[in-house]
Amino acid sequence: MQVPAHVEYEKAASIEHALGLLVRYGPEARILAGGHSLIPMMKLRLAQPEVLVDINGLTELSYITLAGDELRIGALARHAQLLESAVAGRLFAILHDAERVIADPVVRNWGTVGGSLCQADPSEDLSAAFAALKSTMVVRGPDGTRTVPAREFHTGPYETVVGPAELLTEIRLPVRAGGGSGYVKVSRRTGDWPVGAAGAAVWLDGEIIADAGIGLTAVGARNFAAAEAEEFLRGRPATEENLAQAGEIAASHCRPVSDQRGPADYKQHLARELTTRVLRTAVRRAREPDAELTPCG
Amino acid sequence: MRLTVTVNGIEHSREVEPRLLLIHFLRDELGLTGSHWGCDTSNCGACVVWLDETPVKSCTVLAVMAAGHRVRTVEGMVRAGELDPVQQGFAACHGLQCGFCTPGMMLTARWLLNRNPHPTEPEIREAISGQICRCTGYENIVRSVLWASEAESSEAGRSAAGSAP
Repeated sequence: MQVPAHVEYEKAASIEHALGLLVRYGPEARILAGGHSLIPMMKLRLAQPEVLVDINGLTELSYITLAGDELRIGALARHAQLLESAVAGRLFAILHDAERVIADPVVRNWGTVGGSLCQADPSEDLSAAFAALKSTMVVRGPDGTRTVPAREFHTGPYETVVGPAELLTEIRLPVRAGGGSGYVKVSRRTGDWPVGAAGAAVWLDGEIIADAGIGLTAVGARNFAAAEAEEFLRGRPATEENLAQAGEIAASHCRPVSDQRGPADYKQHLARELTTRVLRTAVRRAREPDAELTPCG
Repeated sequence: MRLTVTVNGIEHSREVEPRLLLIHFLRDELGLTGSHWGCDTSNCGACVVWLDETPVKSCTVLAVMAAGHRVRTVEGMVRAGELDPVQQGFAACHGLQCGFCTPGMMLTARWLLNRNPHPTEPEIREAISGQICRCTGYENIVRSVLWASEAESSEAGRSAAGSAP
């Protein structure tokens, strides 16, 4: 039988209240959102906070809205909510592709977007998707709000820039013309961590790739991204050869480790192949933004 | 701390430790042993209950997180003394073998049919993809849900005909 160790519990009534509780209890306090990463970690004593600050009542953090040229996702938005958001799917197909393969439908009902990011698992999917979309994280603390680029959000496995008295409140995704995106993942079974996964976004100017974003997870990519492959694609035509070359470059900068999900060379192969495939999907979707979405790969 | 929660329409109030998991609260404090305690790692889905309107894995939710919310367990599926059509479907189509996964499967099926009254077979399989039947009786579980879907649409058809002037 697995039960968490003794812990105190506080229910936050507002963002300010949550921040006040974090200040009062110090670094041994942890934010409790969906709890679908934290509670299993507590059962295994991999996390042993003294106080939980439950933010599930903060419905003001549960939104997904278009504000000007940005899509804004509240940190407490549930995975299921993101999957059901028509505006998110229309602007960023990558998010719906990813959400369809995150955990399972019941876990998605309660797990949150912000919780997944703050857990900072090196195999987490949205970290790669948000890296590909070059999004910005909004972090609030007792002294105010700061923004952090997605690619600077993680400082290592299970570590982020969010300080002990801070709260991730929002993810901002810039909406740009000519965009298309996708996400593809290989995993052994529903709910398991990926063996490897890749997300891509491209912004086309005619047949030229004006900009590209590539996110990778579980394959040892720095900052969940493939910056060198993006740099290669920028300004080049969206040809099959260039997309394949981008896959090569992306994989050559990955440092996967062998584990029970697969050997390192297989993961390297996945990084290359999945990057190329998902770039193909992103380009196709950018060319035909109104076409019915067909699966990646 | 004091926890007040509505379970199957009845309000309960108990003194609990914050670390108590919802599944243990339901089984050990309230005696509602229909919800099963399986893998304990949010993988198997034997512990699925509804929190307000959605199924959740109650081994990964603290009981105190349900304070002020409504919980629905398999014991709350009966309506006006009659088994829910999903329960009838599981009985009619041999949807359970050992029965351990059944309460969670039925609660997820009920949620699916509320949102999508005519699911396809792949949609049913997707909905229960986070739940494990260790008897591997998925074929019959899917048939049971399809049975309930058909039963409800013919029932709805009959009511509509009956209420016509």
